[in-house]
Amino acid sequence: MKILVLISNVPDTTTKVRFTGDNTSFDDAGVQWIINPWDELALTRAMELKEAGGVDKITVANVGEKTTEPTLRKALAVGADDAIRVDVPARDAYFVARQLAEVAKDYDLILAGIEASDYNGNAVGGMLAEMLDFNSVSAVSGISIDGDKFTVNREIDGGSQLLSITGPLVAIVQKGIAKEPRIPAMRGIMMARKKPLNVVAAVDAHEKTSYVNYELPAPKAACKMVDEENAKELITLLHEEAKVL
Amino acid sequence: MDFELSEEQNLIRETVRDFAEREIKPLARDLDEKGEFSVELTRKIGEMGLFGMYLPERYGGQGLDTLSYIIAVEEIARVDGSHAATLAAHNSLGIYPLYAFGTEEQKMRYLPQLCTGDGLWSFGLTEPGAGSDSRGSKTTAVIDGDQWVINGSKIFITNGSSEISKGCTVQAVSGEENGKKVFSTIIVEKGTPGFKALTMHGKMMWRASDTAELFFDDVRVPKANLLGQIGQGSKIMLQTLDGGRLSIAAMGLGCAQGAFELALAYANERKQFGKPISKFQINAFKLADMATKIELARNLLYKACWLKDSGKPFAKEAAMSKLYCSEIAREVADEAVQIHGGYGLMKDYDVERFYRDQRLLQIGEGTSEIQRLVISRYIGC
Repeated sequence: MKILVLISNVPDTTTKVRFTGDNTSFDDAGVQWIINPWDELALTRAMELKEAGGVDKITVANVGEKTTEPTLRKALAVGADDAIRVDVPARDAYFVARQLAEVAKDYDLILAGIEASDYNGNAVGGMLAEMLDFNSVSAVSGISIDGDKFTVNREIDGGSQLLSITGPLVAIVQKGIAKEPRIPAMRGIMMARKKPLNVVAAVDAHEKTSYVNYELPAPKAACKMVDEENAKELITLLHEEAKVL
Repeated sequence: MDFELSEEQNLIRETVRDFAEREIKPLARDLDEKGEFSVELTRKIGEMGLFGMYLPERYGGQGLDTLSYIIAVEEIARVDGSHAATLAAHNSLGIYPLYAFGTEEQKMRYLPQLCTGDGLWSFGLTEPGAGSDSRGSKTTAVIDGDQWVINGSKIFITNGSSEISKGCTVQAVSGEENGKKVFSTIIVEKGTPGFKALTMHGKMMWRASDTAELFFDDVRVPKANLLGQIGQGSKIMLQTLDGGRLSIAAMGLGCAQGAFELALAYANERKQFGKPISKFQINAFKLADMATKIELARNLLYKACWLKDSGKPFAKEAAMSKLYCSEIAREVADEAVQIHGGYGLMKDYDVERFYRDQRLLQIGEGTSEIQRLVISRYIGC
């Protein structure tokens, strides 16, 4: 069995977000890049499945320029066997899914984080499954291999579903898929040097989204504390200041 | 000039930072409070591959360069001085002399087990009456037949008495030549009759690291336990301390970085007179000075590492790095406490621990005064 884990290269979650070009593009100067946290959990679960037996190879893949390679190299240090980088800047979810579809055909299981922590699009996994005509399940919080099938735990409103599903499968995973992301050991970092990182050329595709303008959310207003015995003041504030009543 | 770290060095920093934040930080305050050495955390540091990380793979190491090792110490020290001390002392004082001066047989016997986190090794140099004046050592090693017989004691020995301490490399007077003491360095394993290690308690700093007093009472070890050659003790000591200075400097740098980050976060959060105290120029300038000192310290230390990794002489820059990084750790931690005000004096705030932990750095592995002496000799005084 071969597993492909999709890796998004995203700004560190503590990044102070700024824009350039009259607020038409994200300013990446000085940004620390990391593996998308959901993808990191997906990779951790892939490692656990491999350690349990029955998985021959874990590949990680992303769409991005050479500057994204440290993120892939970290995934190799965590334990992936090889990596694929589609050599083109990621433009939008459709464009990324289209590029990944070219390199993802031969895998039995594809793990995609439910969203990437930059644009939170929540779209690549589903689009990719459609392009490949693979089965897909979203909001997956547990997955195991059961012979030639997968047993998948899926979160739904008010509960969860347990599904048995045949591959090839795109599992769009969320929190709970693994306990916490693995930290690579020094040996893993050293071994990552020697693991293949294959760069493939992009296919001709066009994005379906263009970014017109970005704006930052309004800063959080200062918190006002109202004495617990003074409900009247609270009502007045909600009515006259917050204007929610 | 290229100030860029390699992709691998950046990944090592990120990885060790994650490890320190996740595994060490949640326990550091409590272990410090109890004065407790954690075998479990030490094993985890070993599992991460941080022990012997600069050793070749055949000895259990990772084959990394000096700068990678120094970055690892810096990142642990950014979170906790005690565990940085365990790491730095084991690598620089425990493992290094065995690797640099050991026979192939000695290396294969000791090094692999010292890279896993299951065993620690110490370097016995300081004595009750011999600190900066290491030639004042009184511990003796005399050949008797096919054995060395060692008598004396050592003090302030990091990693000397933990339950996973496996032994010590002991500096001893092995004779006299032209009226001058001749030093040799002998390997003594834990459990050797007459060798006793007592844990020292009541430390102000590094309270979760292991510090020992070692006693040698007619300790007999095979002649083959000699490390290097007879009379090579001083050379082994000086060379070991040159490298050790880099790791103490890394502890100073990491401590300063950690204290600075705590101070900055507090100053942005704490409000007085209606605004965050970081907006008052007096504090903003303090923080600017702290950041500048840290930047200078990092550049100096990394340059010394670069010299070592390039095979160039680095002893002067190592002494300068040790001196400067340890002194700015004091200055930065002091101002960090000042910015915290009264809270900085409370054990509930980590900055209090940083303030205590930095104090050793101007004393251990050569005091600031000795570093100045070393530097002054290099510059032709």
